[in-house]
Amino acid sequence: MSQHDGERASKELLAGCMDDAQADGQTACGARHYDWQAIRARLSAASGREYWRSFEQLADTAAFQDYLRHEFPRQAGEWMDAVGRRHFLKLMAASLGLAGSMGCLRQPDEKIVPYVRQPEEVVPGKPLYFATAMTLGGYATGTLVESQLGRPTKIEGNPDHPASLGATDAFTQAAVLSLYDPDRSQTVMHRERIDTWSSFLSALAAELPALKSRQGRGLRILTETVTSPTLADQLRALLEAMPEARWHQYEPCGRDNVRAGAKLAFGEYVDTIYRFDRADVVVSLDADFLWGMPGSVRYARDFVDRRRVAGGDARMNRLFVFESTPGLAGAIADHRLPIQPSEVKPLARALAGRLGVEAAGSDMPANVSQKLLEAVVSDLKAHRGASIVIAGDGQPPLVHALAHAINGQLDNVGKTIEYVEPAEARPEDHAASIKALVDDMAAGEVDLLVILEGNPAYNTPASLGFAKHLVNKRVKLAVHLSQHYDETSFLCHWHIPAAHFLESWGDARAFDGTASIVQPLIAPLYGGRTAHELMSVLLGEADQATFETLQKYWRKQIGEDDFGRFWRKAVHDGVVPETKAPARNVELSFDGRTPQAEEQIFAGGGLEIVFTPDPTVWDGRFANNGWLQELAKPLTKLTWDNAVYISPRLAEDEQLANGDMVELTVAERKLDVPVWIVPGQADGVISLSLGYGRSRAGRVGTGVGFDAYAIRPTHAAWFAKGVELKKTGRRYQLVVTQDHHSMQGRDVVQFGTLDDFQRDPNFLLADHPSKSREDSHRPFDLPSLYPDEKGSFPERKETDNAWGMVIDQTACIGCNACVIACQAENNTPIVGKEQVSRGREMQWLRIDRYYVGDIDNPDTYFQPMLCVQCENAPCELVCPVGATVHSSEGLNQMVYNRCVGTRYCSNNCPYKVRRFNFLNYEAFLHYDTEPQLAMLRNPDVTVRSRGVMEKCSFCVQRIQEAKIEAHKVNRPIADGEVLTACQQACPTRAIVFGNLNDPDSEVARLKKSPLNYGVLAELNTRPRTTHLARLRNPHPDLAAHQTGDTPSLDPRDQKIDKWLKDLEGGET
Amino acid sequence: MSDHATTVSRGGLPVLKPGHTFGSVTDKISSIVQTRQPKSWWFGFAVGFTLLMLFLYTTTYLLATGIGIWGTNIPTGWAFPIINFVWWIGIGHAGTFISAILLLLKQEWRTSINRFAEAMTLFAVSCAGLFPLLHLGRPWVFYWLMPYPNTMDLWPQFRSPLVWDVFAVSTYATVSLLFWYVGLIPDMATLRDRTQNRFAQIVYGMLAMGWRNSARHWHRYQMAYLLLAGLATPLVLSVHSIVGMDFAVAIVPGWHSTIFPPYFVAGAIFSGFAMVVTLTVPLRWLYGLQDFVTLKHLDNMAKVMLATGSMVGYGYACEVFYAYYSGNPFERYIAIDRMLGGYAWSYWGIVICNALAPQLFWVRAIRRNVIWLFVISLITQTGMWLERFVIIVTSLHRDFLPSAWHMYYPTIWDFTEFLGSIGLFLTLFFLFIRFLPMISIFELRELVSDKSE
Amino acid sequence: MEVPADVYGLMAEFETGDALLEAAKRAHEAGYRQMDGFSPFPLHGLSEALGFRRTRLPVVTLIGGLLGGGGAYFMLWYACVVSYPINIGGRPLHSWPAFIPITFELSVLGASFAALFGMLALNGLPRPYHPVFNVPEFVRASRDRFFLVIEARDPAFDLAGTRQFLEGLKPEKVFEVLP
Repeated sequence: MSQHDGERASKELLAGCMDDAQADGQTACGARHYDWQAIRARLSAASGREYWRSFEQLADTAAFQDYLRHEFPRQAGEWMDAVGRRHFLKLMAASLGLAGSMGCLRQPDEKIVPYVRQPEEVVPGKPLYFATAMTLGGYATGTLVESQLGRPTKIEGNPDHPASLGATDAFTQAAVLSLYDPDRSQTVMHRERIDTWSSFLSALAAELPALKSRQGRGLRILTETVTSPTLADQLRALLEAMPEARWHQYEPCGRDNVRAGAKLAFGEYVDTIYRFDRADVVVSLDADFLWGMPGSVRYARDFVDRRRVAGGDARMNRLFVFESTPGLAGAIADHRLPIQPSEVKPLARALAGRLGVEAAGSDMPANVSQKLLEAVVSDLKAHRGASIVIAGDGQPPLVHALAHAINGQLDNVGKTIEYVEPAEARPEDHAASIKALVDDMAAGEVDLLVILEGNPAYNTPASLGFAKHLVNKRVKLAVHLSQHYDETSFLCHWHIPAAHFLESWGDARAFDGTASIVQPLIAPLYGGRTAHELMSVLLGEADQATFETLQKYWRKQIGEDDFGRFWRKAVHDGVVPETKAPARNVELSFDGRTPQAEEQIFAGGGLEIVFTPDPTVWDGRFANNGWLQELAKPLTKLTWDNAVYISPRLAEDEQLANGDMVELTVAERKLDVPVWIVPGQADGVISLSLGYGRSRAGRVGTGVGFDAYAIRPTHAAWFAKGVELKKTGRRYQLVVTQDHHSMQGRDVVQFGTLDDFQRDPNFLLADHPSKSREDSHRPFDLPSLYPDEKGSFPERKETDNAWGMVIDQTACIGCNACVIACQAENNTPIVGKEQVSRGREMQWLRIDRYYVGDIDNPDTYFQPMLCVQCENAPCELVCPVGATVHSSEGLNQMVYNRCVGTRYCSNNCPYKVRRFNFLNYEAFLHYDTEPQLAMLRNPDVTVRSRGVMEKCSFCVQRIQEAKIEAHKVNRPIADGEVLTACQQACPTRAIVFGNLNDPDSEVARLKKSPLNYGVLAELNTRPRTTHLARLRNPHPDLAAHQTGDTPSLDPRDQKIDKWLKDLEGGET
Repeated sequence: MSDHATTVSRGGLPVLKPGHTFGSVTDKISSIVQTRQPKSWWFGFAVGFTLLMLFLYTTTYLLATGIGIWGTNIPTGWAFPIINFVWWIGIGHAGTFISAILLLLKQEWRTSINRFAEAMTLFAVSCAGLFPLLHLGRPWVFYWLMPYPNTMDLWPQFRSPLVWDVFAVSTYATVSLLFWYVGLIPDMATLRDRTQNRFAQIVYGMLAMGWRNSARHWHRYQMAYLLLAGLATPLVLSVHSIVGMDFAVAIVPGWHSTIFPPYFVAGAIFSGFAMVVTLTVPLRWLYGLQDFVTLKHLDNMAKVMLATGSMVGYGYACEVFYAYYSGNPFERYIAIDRMLGGYAWSYWGIVICNALAPQLFWVRAIRRNVIWLFVISLITQTGMWLERFVIIVTSLHRDFLPSAWHMYYPTIWDFTEFLGSIGLFLTLFFLFIRFLPMISIFELRELVSDKSE
Repeated sequence: MEVPADVYGLMAEFETGDALLEAAKRAHEAGYRQMDGFSPFPLHGLSEALGFRRTRLPVVTLIGGLLGGGGAYFMLWYACVVSYPINIGGRPLHSWPAFIPITFELSVLGASFAALFGMLALNGLPRPYHPVFNVPEFVRASRDRFFLVIEARDPAFDLAGTRQFLEGLKPEKVFEVLP
């Protein structure tokens, strides 16, 4: 009998018992029928600082009896044994060859030098760092990649790169796993059969002359957004050589609206760069600028730097967010209003009108209170030239145009807003571009279709029929270059494996136009090719290596003289100097009329649906990345799936519970998908993230989630009206890593307003007498059997270093970069949906998300939670074998090879930050025969075996490295010399780590802040990692933070909360 | 002497059916060992052995795959295995309690039940001892919990209650074994002298170590037995106290309470006596021991269960009161969550099974009705298992940070491991009644002579 | 007087314990010392009647207990303070309250071993062979009969006289016990 049948049996048994126990006849799946009356009633009767909790504890319900859809999914990430020596040396040598190209001497990939003589630079055990860049949606983020003996193992941000400033997002952190992904396509494929590059060349050679003679008529190139100067140059060259050829672009999560908006406002394409570091008031019109926009990482840094109070100066910017579905911006906003996407247009008009934009007209949005609107307007007026109004990528051009108009009106242009040359090689409307292509395919105009990366067969709206027309006989020859043999490759005649950016040369521009040279750290693992190579072939320069193409282009730009030094510097720094896009002076030519094209989006009424890029798999390109698949989505904590997010009211009206399957109908297209109730989701709008439901993603991503492209309309890519939602009565198991969303009235996240803080910096102590004080670990004066009061360790040696950490909850935006950074740094395995459903996820660092207040629009609090390295560690006391002990420098150390796995430490850990290897996850989820994943491992961190406990180690390996370096020259470790992985990745520098014994260290400084407090300090655990209270900067005329009390939607938990309340009530 | 033997002991019921002589008791008891076993024995043994095989199968799969086959998770890091451990250990308390404490209290009715009660204890403790090992992530290094000379100069972490457990349980097992064996020596001699089977003679002879009922020997023997009883008494109380400290020492709400040691001991004796009753009722019927194990015994055991059961009920009340009176939000939450939360059924289950059910024993008729006794003893054991479920699972599944809360669900393997351990217990017990006198013969003789005075 | 070397002693069989007690007393008065009584269960007063007063077993047990407890606490102190001093949860190295349970357990263990093995040692067990087993009827000593043995090495022993004396005690039967 399989384990799962067994579980099901026993679960039913337990659930059965629960039913019996519920005398009042509530059903075991508590949340199936919520008592909404009660909830609303209690809502109105809200009083005091109290918290509400989740609708339903997924786990509490019979949802657990639903069959588990996947038998332990086989993730990327884990492998059994070390790489074969020869294989390893080969790859290492190859990559070392490339490492040598730091000095610009290029060793052709074909000549693999065996690793006999160790190249200088390379000291085994000492990593090298190489600057390169990763692109997402075409825009580059500069990175520094750690190379261990020629193996790229960790990606960090490039401090010199404008889009990074040393930080990264979760995608960049996870990209290194994609490099080693054993499911990447490894050979050229021709009509589903393995073939060779040379026969591909000859096949193409057969076509090209004909095409040339036809001036290239029938030749179509399809790319994603192109910012690469070199690729653009090649394309231009091709189009010159063959005028009749066409170049199409399609980006599923592209910026059509932004472009069109600029065109509408200024009559030409310009890129907008926001200077949040200069803005005091920011108004977001459905724009989540902290995540997923070009430059978001940079924006997040700039934005948060303006509201960092802990640093001392008590100044904060103010953020108003109007959004349809909860995002990161909404979570950190000082004022957030859920609003239907179609309501943003009238809102924008109203704002513009009140700010004196004539063209705006005087529209008035429904359900936006006059008061709020006035507050926004007054703030904006009060901060002319220091404010930003930003429109979301999903909003139609008109809203963007209005935003431009408003920013102009507030003369922010040139101060907080910069208009520059587009970073894109050829800005155009991608929707139109792909449409044109498909029409031509249908019309049989396409003889040779070359798809350079991208996966149009999957990620174009199904209604467009790209796949249908791709397979029709009229497209004579289709070539697809991509890293996976995916949905599109399967439909094309030829498939060429593409090289990962860590294995290939290239270049790309950042959001502000700055160009970076992409340099490889390792030879292509699977003989991947680059778009440049394919273009060279089409240009008749067959087999011109990318490296040459690249240098040729840049030679042209820089000129021969001292190109060498330029090149060396550009490659070394990861940024090409003086390539920032030049500013553009633009005239507002905007009549305020809604363009024809847009009208149909707003036509009709009814339920609206929003399509969003997914916070973990983006547009689907990361579907086969196990780290990202298992990463909990920031707001919902959902893993291994997407779901349609619905508002509590909709759930009430439709009697829907989490995990209920519904049938969505959008423009005659249907999709069955489970619902997830999201507090703060605007009423009358549901949202569904793209990127799931892949049919050919690989062993990790195939069949995970539900394909939103199937119902994504062509005319309204981002939101559509007139959606029908029908309950099917079926259930589906959705797995979240956090079942409960309320703080239960416990002081987990402390918060207040800037005003409170300015009036009394110690305002927190008012209601929490003992918090964030030197004696915070000693709230009650209890007697102790131990001679030394405070139970602290008397024999503690005074050491140079006392490591500590402070996490600023005002700065944390919940972007998850730290979570993946930790996973990559510490060789943390992934466990799969089934294991996560049992609460066995392994990430050492999790970001807890709590809600406070109104169920329909709660305040959201993020709390990064990792081992807080207690000085009186409860875990240490109960370990029977001393497998977790305290270091003289204050680290709570986990000794893996001593651990016998009693799990007593985890039971006794009040923070529940310890992770246990219940199964041999390393071997359990490995690809059967794939050794290459072994090369991903960080050699400085033990790979844990089955049956041992593990947890955050403060990146002890990094501490040791720093100590060794310092010891060599006999100096103390400087502040900031040791960066933990999470700290290094954090875009907003919310995590500060350092030496508490050094009074000048930043961490020591922050510990003195009155906002500093230890979570659960009343337990006398004396955490070394403390948190800074979350501050808000609300508008004086508007409510500060919320304090309402909303009960759980789980009847059982409602009852518990009521009893507790009555108990307290009885006492006061 | 038989006519004298009719004089009945306190409580109106005889502890020994009148009319027995030294010879008759000796023959009766030893014949059980020396004649062929009834079909019922073979049936019982078969059942036990089958379950034992289930245990071995599960354990093999467990060792091969890892404890992930169980439902245990984070935050519920302990579940079925520790529940079973505490449950078995608790059951293992009755034997030594009966033979030691009741001996010191000069309760003559202990005589006819202490032998198999002690055996039961030993087997229960062996079952209990297995679970802490099996529940380890890496069971093959269990010995790291014991101090032993090693090249790394490593020691166990002696502040951990789990290490206290190791010492407590192993000491308890050892002392119980000694005590049991000491009691067996004279009966071994009896069997040695009676059996005609050469092989049996050798084996019993060895076990009897040449015992020859010499007066001097008896003198020292009784002294030793008394001393062991005196030593075992605090031991019985300490073992479950220390097991209780596994929880009391931790800071987990619902665990961190000083009431645990006493309340665990009461619960232990409660479940232990329940198990003795569960075994006594069928045994005395199958082997016709009604003369030796009379209603008097059952009646007294019922009274003990009534007393301890009420203590346990008092413990439940105290927990709730502490939670309320402490004003500690975490404790309060757990207390209420137990009553109304996802595992409320288990909480009300223990209230009914452990606090209320034994109250029936106020009624004499029920105390002396074997059917009632048997049923209630089974209810009690279920209840005591559930009690550990409540303590361990509900406390862990909702502790300090709500973000970490998670439900726990067992898998089929949790159940097979548990049922399997019952198989191990039954197998051992049936072997015991097959090969060893299940009632202390020489003490019965003593009883006969006492009665004749 | 001469004592036949081929006799270990004389054995008298009685039906009741009282008879044996009586016999033992009489024999003691008659000056016999090297003798022993045998009963299927501990017979109150028998050893006293045979002139056997007290045993050192309690002292042995006490010593065992002290050794166990003392050894335990020393081990704990040595391990935590001397051999493996390490910061555990900020508790002092010599956290004595945590040492109590193990100390207690090991005291009990030590004492128990002392009690059992002390008893066996003082009783001279294990001893598979003993002359009394040569008397076939002696098997009933572990069932329902009571025996008195006067050993030949007793100075007052004399085969005929002692037999006569025993006969005078009205036993069921008197046997010669061969060595």
